[in-house]
Amino acid sequence: MTYAGAAVAGLAKAMDEDASVVALGEDIGRGGIFGQYRGLLERFGERRVIDTPISEATIVGAAVGMALTGLKPVVEMRVIDFAMCAMDEIVNQAAKNRFMFGGQGRVPAVIRMPNGIWSSSAAQHSQSLEAWFAHVPGLVVLAPATPQDNHSLLRAALACGDPVAYFEHKELWPLEGEVDGSLDVPIGKARRVREGGDLTIVSWSKAVHWSAEAAELLAAEGIGVDLIDLRTIWPWDRDAVLESAARTGRVLIAHEAIQVAGFGAEIAATLAEESGARVARCGGLRIPVGYSPGLEAQARLTPQAIAQRARELLDRG
Amino acid sequence: MCRIRAFEDAAEEASRGGVAAFGQAAGGSAQVRGPLHLSTGQEAVPAGVCAHLTPADWLTSTHRGHGHTLAKGASLEGMMHELFGKATGFCGGKGGSMHIADFSVGMLGANGVVAAGIPIAVGAAHSMAIQGRDAIAVTFFGDGALNRGPLAEALNWAAAFRLPVLFVCEDNQWSATTKTAAMSAGEGAAARAVGYGVPAVAVDGMDVVAVWQAAGELVQEIRAGHGPRLLHAKTYRFKGHVSVDPAAYRDPAELAAAMQGDPIARAREPLRAAGVPDADIDAVMREARQEVAAAVATADAAPWPDASAAFEDIQDTGSGRWRS
Repeated sequence: MTYAGAAVAGLAKAMDEDASVVALGEDIGRGGIFGQYRGLLERFGERRVIDTPISEATIVGAAVGMALTGLKPVVEMRVIDFAMCAMDEIVNQAAKNRFMFGGQGRVPAVIRMPNGIWSSSAAQHSQSLEAWFAHVPGLVVLAPATPQDNHSLLRAALACGDPVAYFEHKELWPLEGEVDGSLDVPIGKARRVREGGDLTIVSWSKAVHWSAEAAELLAAEGIGVDLIDLRTIWPWDRDAVLESAARTGRVLIAHEAIQVAGFGAEIAATLAEESGARVARCGGLRIPVGYSPGLEAQARLTPQAIAQRARELLDRG
Repeated sequence: MCRIRAFEDAAEEASRGGVAAFGQAAGGSAQVRGPLHLSTGQEAVPAGVCAHLTPADWLTSTHRGHGHTLAKGASLEGMMHELFGKATGFCGGKGGSMHIADFSVGMLGANGVVAAGIPIAVGAAHSMAIQGRDAIAVTFFGDGALNRGPLAEALNWAAAFRLPVLFVCEDNQWSATTKTAAMSAGEGAAARAVGYGVPAVAVDGMDVVAVWQAAGELVQEIRAGHGPRLLHAKTYRFKGHVSVDPAAYRDPAELAAAMQGDPIARAREPLRAAGVPDADIDAVMREARQEVAAAVATADAAPWPDASAAFEDIQDTGSGRWRS
């Protein structure tokens, strides 16, 4: 099953189980621009699968109103870059509502914001902004890297009762993988992708796959990588990262988002405060993503770059 | 109207020295802290509109939301305690004046961001349509909100989905400390609504009977399933943008003229014409002031929120208190 298909299956299951779950966003009646809503309109009707105007602020604002009055909306932002048009609604309204009004209401909404570089889509369709949302009290932040996790975490997001910033990766939609529809993946628990004793790599979203390739390159050199897919950015699995750091003593954090002030900085700071591990980061340069393939490549992480950064970390002793 | 006036007069008195702005010094002794946005002079709009609503209907409001909240049926005590920051306030002391709310009467919140409550009301109306429930949603916003995108988006959305929502532009003619007319193109709220296919009615917002009649007709049309409507109520803000703002930027003659049309004074005329004795009319304001005084007294004596409340009602998944 593809990463997109897994999301459809997970959402359909949630809609079957709970009549209060509705989906709204641009073009979702046709299945969404990545197929992540395919077939849902036919199955659940236009009351529950709502094609909206191109009005991101109101898509999220209306979802807040829906959530406060008995529904569980799944909100499509199309690409994360367009969620910038709804930042007040996400940050000031959805995330703060429960606290500001003393717990009178809650906003159980899942805001799907496809993240990351998307081939030759240039600066306004290729950003990775998960760190922005991790900074906001009230939000849960999820970034599945596999079809299984996209299926299971989408359902967990709907069940958790809090507003969720949900980051699917724009280039992972066609990724194939096994999906067990009955498997629950808890929010806040990392996934160990592979075990190794020389170095920990912490990653999420598409960068997990590059990190796995980097681990293969390193394995050929006799270097064992303990690869952790964080899956949840907030609340992130500190125990899993600290445990691995204690075993390997060296941690590389690899993410597609710009390295400066990225979420990797939070992990690095935590490791500095709470472990003796040596830490390095490997993230995007602080440049907008260019259109031409050669320009876009400058913004992309690669397995080779991650492996090289890992070697440098090991060389530090 | 009298309860709103009495409430805000008392809140203003209790706020003296509580915020630094407009050249005023902050003091630590105020009972009501932070920015306090008064709606003095605008009382006829919430009173006339909310008279047509039930607790099952939904309401969203603005940063100037005391009147809307009271008119929707919230208790004076819960509100005053919240303005005092006490644990017994509607929001447990977490919201204050700008985030006053009483979900139990369908009041989904004042809002510190101009126009932000409008899409939320549209969502509540959409939710009623999806769930097949009869309630409607009402959203109050000021003339300053005319120039923010969420209003345009929400008008279109409500019309496109034919939702049961009443937009109420409470036009006090001032966007914070700037004259709205100086920076707003076109003919204003009603004209903009009509551009989206939303029928709109303009009304003298200083005349509570006129507001009540116009709002009643619009609410009836909305409840009959005819889709969204907009009420453009022209009113006036007697005070500054916030309580410590002396509004020195405003021509005193403009204020004096507006105060001639004080909605509470004007409401006496139809009452007298209907044979209500002056003594009875006076008693309404007197009783409102007594009720407010009692709320102030209990608010002053009420407990502060426990410090641990700062960590509650944030999110269940991923606590804010991860640091041991």
